[in-house]
Amino acid sequence: MTRSDVQLMLDVKAGDQQSFELLLQRYRTPLVNFLYRMVRNREQAEDLAQEVFLRVYRAREDYEPSAKFTTWLFRIATNLALNSVRDHRYQKLEISMDAPIVADTEEGDERMMEVADAHPDIEQHLVEKTRKKMIRHAIEKLPEKQRAAVLLHKYQELDYAEISKILKCSESALKSLLFRAYETLRVELAPLVAHSVKH
Amino acid sequence: MSCEKMETRILAYMDGRLKENERAEAEKHLAGCAACRLRVNEFRAVNDLLDELPAIEPSGAFNARVHALVAAEPQKRSSWLTWLAPSPRIAFVASMLLLATVWVGTQAPPPPIATQDLPVVESTDYDVISSFAPLSDLSQAPDDDADDSDAPQQPQQM
Repeated sequence: MTRSDVQLMLDVKAGDQQSFELLLQRYRTPLVNFLYRMVRNREQAEDLAQEVFLRVYRAREDYEPSAKFTTWLFRIATNLALNSVRDHRYQKLEISMDAPIVADTEEGDERMMEVADAHPDIEQHLVEKTRKKMIRHAIEKLPEKQRAAVLLHKYQELDYAEISKILKCSESALKSLLFRAYETLRVELAPLVAHSVKH
Repeated sequence: MSCEKMETRILAYMDGRLKENERAEAEKHLAGCAACRLRVNEFRAVNDLLDELPAIEPSGAFNARVHALVAAEPQKRSSWLTWLAPSPRIAFVASMLLLATVWVGTQAPPPPIATQDLPVVESTDYDVISSFAPLSDLSQAPDDDADDSDAPQQPQQM
């Protein structure tokens, strides 16, 4: 029988290192992806995810299951990501939709995806690549809190109550935040959206 | 339902998280409002576009780095150690109390007061001068004290 996250964390609190290992296996990929989409740098995302796990481990003795484990976990991750984005804002390159789209040189995932897709048609391949780049940039251009809300809603599939606790806002404020984020994405991705709606 | 109210429910409607009566209300509005219907379709398109982003896998060294960070953390204290050192403040106060107790215990007790030898003043007419009469005999009986002593006598130097 699979132990719940809360049970695993209580076992970690009791000194069971193996339970910490199970939590690490369960959440390392979702955390790294969430942080990667927040900070747009793979190495930094991994560093932050490691820091999240370290903080969970440090807090084990004081852990009380008062909220869902994922709420607690992603709250730590979101706080770290928001601080990191604010700290590194000055380093961030301004990305313009008008800028020429060049091949990624820093992102291993993009290169892996190219090999995996292996489109015979080079033109189609470039179209796909351009689409993904537009989507990534549209997410990146969202204000940090809106970006976190969209990522938690879309990719982590957390419910509104959980996300509002993570972002420390009311549920109605969260719904408004998400609506504004989707509106911005709708405008930023207008050519792709129009194409989708027509078909 | 107004378009403004629809805006606050549009994502919950797309996610299927509205209550049955709220969903029916939203669908009724959408049936008569082309603008909101278009927006729902466009939001659904945005949602589908977000699905196109590939997920990444953590690097091979990820777990090892977490293990190294965790291994560098101080381990949980055993229960008896925790009992011995419950709190720095309590430990400090206990130490101070112990030191104070030891200090008081090592001090020499004050000399006892020989109350039985003190003259008792029974009246204000007590004549102090006449009470000193035994003092006049002191020079006459110096050997009485020596005879009463049990101390060994030092040999007289000739």
